[in-house]
Amino acid sequence: MLEIKNLHAGVDGKEILKGINLIIKPGELHAIMGRNGSGKSTLANIITGRDNYEVMKGSVTYNGKDLLDMLPEDRALSGIFMSFQYPVVIPGVNNTYFLRAALNAKLKHQGLKEMNAVDFMHLIREKLNRVQMDEKYLTRAVNDGFSGGEKKRNEILQMLTLEPTFSILDETDSGLDIDALKIVANGVNNFRNKERSFLAITHYQRLLEYMEPDFIHVLIDGEIVKSGDKTLAAELEKKGYSWLEK
Amino acid sequence: MAKSNPIIDSAISQEYEYGFITDIEQETIPPGLNEDVIRLISSKKNEPDWLLEWRLKAYNQWLKMEEPNWAKLHYAEIDFQAISYYSAPKEKEKLKSLDEVDPKLLETYTKLGIPLEEQKMLANVAVDAVFDSVSVTTTFKEELGKAGVIFCSFSEAVKNHPELIRKYLGSVVPPTDNYFAALNSAVFSDGSFVYIPKGVRCPMELSTYFRINAANTGQFERTLIVAEESSHVSYLEGCTAPMRDENQLHAAVVELIAHKNAEIKYSTVQNWYPGDPKTGRGGIYNFVTKRGTCLEDNSKISWTQVETGSALTWKYPSCILKGDNSVGEFYSVALSNNFQQADTGTKMIHIGKNTRSTIISKGISAGKGQNTYRGGVKIMKGAENARNYSQCDSILIGDECGAHTFPYIDVRNPTAQMEHEASTSRIGEDQLFYCNQRGISTEDAVSMIVNGFCKKVFNELPMEFAVEAQKLMEVSLEGAVG
Repeated sequence: MLEIKNLHAGVDGKEILKGINLIIKPGELHAIMGRNGSGKSTLANIITGRDNYEVMKGSVTYNGKDLLDMLPEDRALSGIFMSFQYPVVIPGVNNTYFLRAALNAKLKHQGLKEMNAVDFMHLIREKLNRVQMDEKYLTRAVNDGFSGGEKKRNEILQMLTLEPTFSILDETDSGLDIDALKIVANGVNNFRNKERSFLAITHYQRLLEYMEPDFIHVLIDGEIVKSGDKTLAAELEKKGYSWLEK
Repeated sequence: MAKSNPIIDSAISQEYEYGFITDIEQETIPPGLNEDVIRLISSKKNEPDWLLEWRLKAYNQWLKMEEPNWAKLHYAEIDFQAISYYSAPKEKEKLKSLDEVDPKLLETYTKLGIPLEEQKMLANVAVDAVFDSVSVTTTFKEELGKAGVIFCSFSEAVKNHPELIRKYLGSVVPPTDNYFAALNSAVFSDGSFVYIPKGVRCPMELSTYFRINAANTGQFERTLIVAEESSHVSYLEGCTAPMRDENQLHAAVVELIAHKNAEIKYSTVQNWYPGDPKTGRGGIYNFVTKRGTCLEDNSKISWTQVETGSALTWKYPSCILKGDNSVGEFYSVALSNNFQQADTGTKMIHIGKNTRSTIISKGISAGKGQNTYRGGVKIMKGAENARNYSQCDSILIGDECGAHTFPYIDVRNPTAQMEHEASTSRIGEDQLFYCNQRGISTEDAVSMIVNGFCKKVFNELPMEFAVEAQKLMEVSLEGAVG
């Protein structure tokens, strides 16, 4: 369970999040909606531990552990994953190698045996199918020369491979055409179960049509101004955000 | 995002594993250089008169030459009179077998990961171990002898194969070639000699391991490899030195000669002491002249180098492609971390028809390191249909280091085909965070990215050493980030 209490945080001394309270229980999918600059990505960066972001007040715990005290890699190893809004290119490092290194880091952390190349290929082929990706992406460098849609599918491929218990989907719908969006949403939906929880960050309702949230929160100027069920998305689509502004 | 990056800004430290000193009785001549010193070196080695004359001639040329200053290297002037030009472990008697080698020396090489006892060695690699100014021992001599291959120290070769030495010494790098080659020609003390007879494929990897031990000495060795018609040899050199506060000079000369259809593959893993990571004090000044001639048709010379050590590196392994259809290759990884400076690259001189050359250079700069690629490709008038492909990539880790590329191209035949690609990239905070977010630690992420970057070059190393090189890269980058 992820628990955020009275979180105040920002960059360079500037407060961006102004008292966030949020509880995400196992099995739940929460969506955070809001305009650019409302603090959505800051929240994702705080949870995952990106450098240069500072917490001024409040706490973030995951299964009782203080996340804010942990290195980003240790947060990842305890089951936290983020599908990046802008996946990073790593030239020269092949996608298979990268994925296997990540999976083996996790297996090692759990005290399990690392996976050899043959077993890994079996595993990864099956995962590729789920996001309808061609095997040729495996031999290319990480995200190098990938189109926007390919990058996002590659993120979901990593999620399916690493099997995190809490996943942040940061603007996973941006840059996707409708077919790719369906593939990505399908990948996520099939991955959902009663242990795994999700935080989807998005501008638009579109993604949520294919990926049904349990809760929707509206973030305005660093504060959650309204929470509701999936019907809130449609309301926002119709009315915009201004009616919620102070 | 803030301007400064705490992950990358943080202290840069590096552990040098081979910095120990062997406590052994050594005979070292007093510092200083003059004709008498050269006569002394020559007499210690019982050299024939012609070689002494050759040395003295080189010395007198050297006196008239000026130290080159065109490289992008900054260092205090070298005092050539403060260096001792000969140092050797004291021998009790003449050695007949490995059992008689001083156990302290054997221990030194074992500590360096190069056990000299044949049964413990990597199968299929013969080693010549050079300690300061002399060769300690050469392994697998007998087995190589059966194939007709000569692999011995340079001093032995002067004694036992004078006709070959006289014919080839200085034939590729003449004594007057450059300042440091002239110095080497005057004072060189030992090194390795390899001769592969016609039609022979050398049955094992040959390797020389250079170790500087004594203080205030320079190491000046020569390597000469001759591959007769249709022969093949793969040779590897490795180098380490103790940590000392003074800079030490290493000025070597390597000459390769490939006859018709012959192939020489020369690999270097250079890990001389790079100097103190925090202050930049000490470290080896590495001024090396390496050149090979593809003397006749269809011959091939391939240089692969992994340069992770030395405070200064000045080195341009080159190929003269004289024979028609001959091939020259240069694969290089050069790392400059902390205060290291490297100015390295190659020269490809196309003289014969249909000659081809490939240059793959990967420079890595971290800390305050400065890394320069300097390469020349020259297509001479008669070199019909010559082809060159060059790729020079640089990667930067942190924001205090530098990468520089100076490609010189001189084409005098219109049928030439030239391709040049270059890139510079940086290991950024975003890449490291991306890896971290997937559970990969920062250190593993850096080594993964750097190894990915160097893969094309590592693939060229003999198998046993590719793994070594990869490990060496990890150690050399230790602490380069966070």
